[in-house]
Amino acid sequence: MKVNISSENGTAVALLSGEIDHHSAKNMRNEIDRFVISMQPECLAMDFTGITFMDSSGIGLIIGRYKLMKEWGGQLEIRGTQPYIRRVLKLSGIERIVKIV
Amino acid sequence: MEILNEMKVILPSHSVNEGAARAAVSSFVIQADPTVEELSDIRTAVSEAVTNAIVHGYRGMTGNIELTVRLLAEREIYIKIKDKGCGIPDVKQAMEPLFTTAPEEERSGLGFSVMESFMDKLKVTSKIGKGTAITMRKRLGVHEN
Repeated sequence: MKVNISSENGTAVALLSGEIDHHSAKNMRNEIDRFVISMQPECLAMDFTGITFMDSSGIGLIIGRYKLMKEWGGQLEIRGTQPYIRRVLKLSGIERIVKIV
Repeated sequence: MEILNEMKVILPSHSVNEGAARAAVSSFVIQADPTVEELSDIRTAVSEAVTNAIVHGYRGMTGNIELTVRLLAEREIYIKIKDKGCGIPDVKQAMEPLFTTAPEEERSGLGFSVMESFMDKLKVTSKIGKGTAITMRKRLGVHEN
């Protein structure tokens, strides 16, 4: 599990890699939140290109960041999801509130 | 039910073992030559069941999680995940999508929904103070090697 966060034009980009489960989500959440709370960007883009596994803990991770971004009127964007990740996302109906590109 | 092969694994309820449980089940199931998607479905369902045992069954206490994986006739996979935790007071309510008792841990309440939709059959039996057993089955499709 690894998170690389950078900033470009008011957007914080979190490049996630490895597996997302209940065990790893906790650290991912802490790393993203530390950066995002201090920067308060207009948009947070979570990039799932490097994710090799995700269960419903990933949904909790996304919903938590969505709520956090809303605190200052920011937006959340989901990028780079593989087909098996999209199946979990679809089950949650999260695409109705979060932009998936 | 004709059992062609069987594996039993016992893991303590440490969250790091969620990955270990997935790896163990994958390495057993692979002998039935599943597709990438079938294997991914099984791994995800196992991850949800083991996480439930850790987060809700044992609630921070340490206990054992027992995994039984069987390869049955006609390429059917049987998986039983059992804990001796606190049990579920209302199984029907727990299985409702988005129901969670651990929102502070950012649990989405989708664990049972994932198990139900990624596997063919799901059965949950639970007794307060005794524990919970989740049984799942999935028949692998016929595909050319």
